Amino acid sequence: MLRVLIIGATSAIAEATARCYAARGARIFLVARDTTRLIDIAEDLRIRGATNVDHAMLDVNNQPAHAGVLEQAWQKLGGIDVALIAHGTLPDQSACESSVETALAEFATNGTSTIALLTALAPGMEAQGRGVLAIISSVAGDRGRQSNYLYGAAKAAVSTFASGLRQRLAKAGVSVVTIKPGFVDTPMTRNFRKGALWAKPDAVARGIVRAADRGSSVVYLPWFWLPIMLVIKHIPEFIFKRIKL
Amino acid sequence: MSQAGQSWGRYPDAKQSIIAISDRHHGLPATAETILPYGNGRSYGDSCLNDGGVLLHTSHLDRFIRLDVATGVLDCEAGALFSEILDLIVPQGWFLPVTPGTKFVSVGGAIANDVHGKNHHRAGTFGRHVLELELLRSDGSRRVCSATQYPEWFAATIGGLGLTGLITRASIQLRRIASPWMSTEVHRFDDLAGFFQLSESSDRDYEYTVAWIDCAAKGRALGRGLFTRADHAPACPDRRPSAPARHLRVPFVPPISLINPFTLRAFNALYYHRQRQPIVRATTHYEPQFYPLDGIRDWNRIYGPRGFMQYQCVVPPTAAEDCIVRLARIIGSAGGGSFLAVLKQFGALPSPGMLSFPRAGATLALDFPNNGNRTLRLLNELDDVVAASGGAVYPAKDARMSGHRFRQYFPAWESFSQFIDPRFSSSFWRRVME
Ligand SMILES: Cc1cc2nc3c(=O)[nH]c(=O)nc-3n(C[C@H](O)[C@H](O)[C@H](O)COP(=O)(O)OP(=O)(O)OC[C@H]3O[C@@H](n4cnc5c(N)ncnc54)[C@H](O)[C@@H]3O)c2cc1C
Ligand SMILES: NC(=O)c1ccc[n+]([C@@H]2O[C@H](COP(=O)([O-])OP(=O)(O)OC[C@H]3O[C@@H](n4cnc5c(N)ncnc54)[C@H](OP(=O)(O)O)[C@@H]3O)[C@@H](O)[C@H]2O)c1
Repeated sequence: MLRVLIIGATSAIAEATARCYAARGARIFLVARDTTRLIDIAEDLRIRGATNVDHAMLDVNNQPAHAGVLEQAWQKLGGIDVALIAHGTLPDQSACESSVETALAEFATNGTSTIALLTALAPGMEAQGRGVLAIISSVAGDRGRQSNYLYGAAKAAVSTFASGLRQRLAKAGVSVVTIKPGFVDTPMTRNFRKGALWAKPDAVARGIVRAADRGSSVVYLPWFWLPIMLVIKHIPEFIFKRIKL
Repeated sequence: MSQAGQSWGRYPDAKQSIIAISDRHHGLPATAETILPYGNGRSYGDSCLNDGGVLLHTSHLDRFIRLDVATGVLDCEAGALFSEILDLIVPQGWFLPVTPGTKFVSVGGAIANDVHGKNHHRAGTFGRHVLELELLRSDGSRRVCSATQYPEWFAATIGGLGLTGLITRASIQLRRIASPWMSTEVHRFDDLAGFFQLSESSDRDYEYTVAWIDCAAKGRALGRGLFTRADHAPACPDRRPSAPARHLRVPFVPPISLINPFTLRAFNALYYHRQRQPIVRATTHYEPQFYPLDGIRDWNRIYGPRGFMQYQCVVPPTAAEDCIVRLARIIGSAGGGSFLAVLKQFGALPSPGMLSFPRAGATLALDFPNNGNRTLRLLNELDDVVAASGGAVYPAKDARMSGHRFRQYFPAWESFSQFIDPRFSSSFWRRVME
């Protein structure tokens, strides 16, 4: 039976992913900071077929609490087949430009906390000699753009960290999957005008589950972001400087 | 941020800001403009639109809260879609008590329009199977309403067009089934008298009945069509529920409507003659039986950029045959005709909502490409017949009926008004209150 840990479990993408695992009868451990919603989600997942659902409260920026929560997850699940790290915020870029404090706090939520969690999870996975660490990064981490480079920089840190971790853990038989969604219609992006490039959380969730099943390395979701980002990454700086993105 | 939004009929256009609700324990957002809940946008006209205001999207408010597999009581959040519910309950031997012709509707939307299905003559409307619902108002109050608790709020909210507040969750009584299969019979009939005879005899013995009529046929063939009657099939161990076929999709909006008098006549004639024998019996999966149109995603695009209008009316039993003939003649002489014309007899079970549309009689649903004033004139003519008979037109499918007509069709509108949340409004409501 699949044992799944989800951090940032109240995220729309994470919840949709959890439903896919619940339908397979997985045992699930949910971590997020809003307990009321965790309880609702846990009940929903049980009804959808999860064999067992436990949860714990964690603000990911409270690093000293990480170890305790992860310990609880290892115990309850008795091993981890898939760990998904999904929490995140979409910072107000202009606020990050006018306040160092805001910039660093947002970097902590989207970058540092994830690096801390991965660092804490890695030894257990390594010792177990199997399993998947799936991390939701973003296409925004592929190149810094003026409209949200604080977020982009944090996601770039996560992607780069994951790439190194992947090399390290490959030897132990553990897959590190970097997930790079494009635009997804979730509460995070509630203030955006939605167009043709937008995906639904459940479509992205199916992609995440597929990537985790295969132990893929880096996946763009939906796939068409791969060619788009290929182009964006290769625009020379002297042109990139002049365009608005 | 204001976004262009449309209902299923892709007419009219409206601009509104969207706020997603994902936590049923939170209060309603503070906004300067009026608000309206939005389920899955499967209403055709403007009852799910709020031009210049705010739409509360409930698609993330879609969690299951409790399922009692012994009694078939499902408690879920209001944004849960019928499609998701079916995926959950059918394998456990339960089915929706009432379902419209698409499974892509939310529980909240189904309550707010008090939807009906092909089993209306047996089960009445969806609202009759709602055991309780929670209503959240802009003053922060929450009421758990049922037939015995806050019954007046319950009656106002069922069929209440989203105006009485946000339904956060509801508890529904499901119906037992032995298998996902349906035993179906399709009978050909030559005229409307044939329909009424079949309906009369079938409604006694079959759970689901509905007919398609050829609205492009004239003269003696007027009102010919195919009558379907069906029941849930017993368990048949040799047949495994198959995964539904891959879905087709209309990939873009064609520059002009693909539905015009020529394609329409051809389609109707082909559809009618598809069945050569007078009766065809089959056992089918419930999906194609209940949701034939769901197989083609975004099918509403075929009407082109101007969209289309649905027209669904009900006329009282005593006047039914005569009225339907007159409506069919008006449509026939307008030349346009309707791509899909669906005819069914509602039973006498009372609808629980103050503004519920279903009532005893024959109901006819039609769709017309939007040809501007020509279409509006035609529909007004149909209204004259319906109003004179003492019938009504379905708000869930309406984008054009006059306030005068609405108030005639729904005399309870005045007592309903006192239950409207002062911060709630819709394009539809403003239109019919003019
Ligand atoms: C192909 C097709 C076939 C159909 N067949 C039938 C049929 O056979 N019988 C029938 O009755 N109808 C039928 N309909 C119409 C459809 O069932 C109704 O319009 C239904 O209400 C749509 O549900 P929705 O979730 O999309 O709601 P929307 O269209 O988004 O909203 C409908 C109404 O519900 C309100 N609402 C939505 N959620 C909430 C909530 N949480 N709290 C309070 N109010 C809320 C909205 O404000 C609005 O007034 C059909 C529609 C289509 C497209
Ligand atoms: N939506 C997109 O377009 C998009 C695109 C690319 C990548 N992503 C990434 O996808 C992931 C999921 O996001 P989403 O789109 O599903 O958005 P979402 O629904 O807003 O989810 C974000 C989640 O992160 C949680 N979170 C934020 N700060 C936290 C903290 N300090 N401690 C604990 N949890 C915290 C939030 O919890 P609360 O609910 O309690 O605030 C929320 O559950 C994120 O990593 C995001 O960066 C999203």
